[in-house]
Amino acid sequence: MVAALPRWAALRRPLRARPPAADPAPEGARGAELSVEDVSHAFQINGAPLPVLDRISLSVAPGGFVALLGPSGCGKSTLLRLAAGLEPADDGRLVLDGERIDRPDPSRLLVFQDPTLYPWRTVRGNVAVGLEARGLLAQRRGRIDEALGLVGLSAFAEAHPHQLSGGMQQRTALARALVNDPRLLLLDEPLGKLDALTRLALQDELVRLWRRSGFTALLVTHDVEEALVLAERVVVLSDRPARIRAEIRVEAPYPRRRDDPELVRLRSHILNILGHAA
Amino acid sequence: MTSVTAGSLPRASARPAAPPSPWVRWGTVLAALPWLALSVATRRLPETGDFPYSLVFANGTGLLGLLLLTGLPVAHGLGRVGARLRHWAPWIGVLGLAFLAWELVTAKLELLPMPFFPPPQAILEVFLDDWARLGHSTFNSLVLLAGGYAIGAAVGFVLGVAIGWSRAVGYWAHPILRFVGPLPATAWLPLAFFVFPSSWSASTFLVALATGFPVTVLTWSGVAGVNKAYFDVARTLGASGTFLVLRVAVPAALPHVFVGLFMGLGGSFAVLVVAEMLGVKAGLGWYLQWAQGWAAYANMYAALIVMALMCSSLISLLFRLRDRLLAWQKGLVQW
Ligand SMILES: Nc1ncnc2c1ncn2[C@@H]1O[C@H](COP(=O)(O)OP(=O)(O)O)[C@@H](O)[C@H]1O
Ligand SMILES: [Mg+2]
Repeated sequence: MVAALPRWAALRRPLRARPPAADPAPEGARGAELSVEDVSHAFQINGAPLPVLDRISLSVAPGGFVALLGPSGCGKSTLLRLAAGLEPADDGRLVLDGERIDRPDPSRLLVFQDPTLYPWRTVRGNVAVGLEARGLLAQRRGRIDEALGLVGLSAFAEAHPHQLSGGMQQRTALARALVNDPRLLLLDEPLGKLDALTRLALQDELVRLWRRSGFTALLVTHDVEEALVLAERVVVLSDRPARIRAEIRVEAPYPRRRDDPELVRLRSHILNILGHAA
Repeated sequence: MTSVTAGSLPRASARPAAPPSPWVRWGTVLAALPWLALSVATRRLPETGDFPYSLVFANGTGLLGLLLLTGLPVAHGLGRVGARLRHWAPWIGVLGLAFLAWELVTAKLELLPMPFFPPPQAILEVFLDDWARLGHSTFNSLVLLAGGYAIGAAVGFVLGVAIGWSRAVGYWAHPILRFVGPLPATAWLPLAFFVFPSSWSASTFLVALATGFPVTVLTWSGVAGVNKAYFDVARTLGASGTFLVLRVAVPAALPHVFVGLFMGLGGSFAVLVVAEMLGVKAGLGWYLQWAQGWAAYANMYAALIVMALMCSSLISLLFRLRDRLLAWQKGLVQW
């Protein structure tokens, strides 16, 4: 990982140098292009293979936002773990900006469904983990406060995770990823366990962070509306083993209104594909 | 999970020191009375034996009684010490009653057979006359215990982390621990005294063994049980193997490690006493046996008291260390 650092470090532009949040001009330059090429994957369960992904191909443009929508257990998390480099794919390739993904790297970060914060570290300590692990803490300490500010947790920097609400924990997990300036952010149902109101707020926040930071985003969700509010493109997956059933472009401009007629129309379209009358 | 609203992190609230009601205020004075009664009884009642320190004992308890009598009513104004005094007042009173009963059934009425049940002033005599030997024995015990415990805890911790982390180490260590671990450390005693160059090094080894086994097993199970997602998170964030062990596995396993450290400390006390009695001929264990050999029962009780103080102080010290290192756990688990 350290060996990959110089290339990665040269490409990243510090958040500080960007225009303030008031100017929401999207920046695509930092995001990397992800392509998933003909990927199949299976797990062994009691000696029998359990096929989970079946020849998935999709690509996300630099700075793009794609949502993966599919029934639970179909293999969405598995696809994200492959993209994060946590496991090798059985078949096919995953490529980031022309480079094959074969191990974890801080340029591609995964935000898990559970915030998985370290309970023995404060919020600040948790956000610092990535910089600390790569020996960049002294250089970029300021980035931590910046990231905490971005997710609205400056006042809780010294709190421990158990003192936070679920939404605050998830925002900490987001800050922990953002502080590393990822070029690809993989989001595995990051808002799945939150209450409805917190979820709406964090969806808006996610759009804002994405537009401001310019990373490429691949979001897994089982919430059709969430996919439509956030993503430029929604990829609908089938039951296990996951295959791509449909890809829907969402043209509505950001920030989106949930009652936008276009989104409402797409919503019933997608629900139809998933086999539910809207 | 508790949620906290903005800006109101839970903080240990300093308990406001409200002035006690007159009833409580004067009720605490009752704690002084048994001590005064003890003083008077020791001085005035005839004794069945010859106890040179009866007068000292009477004066000491009398002084304590008077201090309590004046201190308790104004304890409210004495700050932290006063608050503690007030908190423990019932215990102080009951302890005074117990001493009074002890004094009466031994020195005064001889309801208990004499050489085996000495009165409190006989034990005071030991502390005042034999403090040098007692102190030296305590020092020897502490040195032996500290050496053995430190070695055992360090080796156990490193071994436990290695077993929990590395499959290869686990493969070789697991059967050995399974087979040899349950053996009580004292069973090694004859062999240890024969193999080691000195009885002191043999005893250190035994104490280390008694400490090391629980620390190893608990550290190992702690490391092996760490949430796998913790490692996934660290790996994606660019963590090296060293970081995964030292910054993820070890802190996550630390609560288990402390359980092992507590168990090891308890086990090391037992081994220490036996090793001192049978081997090193020094320390409190040896003192106990020496006192028994001379039928000096007062010395034996005195040594037991010192030993209890030593062991409980060490346990408290370990609790302090845990509270410091695992402060983050406070909101998560019941202490
Ligand atoms: N490590 C694993 N070992 C065996 N089976 C797994 C593993 N991870 C996931 N699976 C199986 O793969 C399927 C897809 O899992 P997952 O990708 O987590 O689904 P989801 O779409 O809900 O995120 C599930 O049936 C699950 O049981
Ligand atoms: Mg999942």
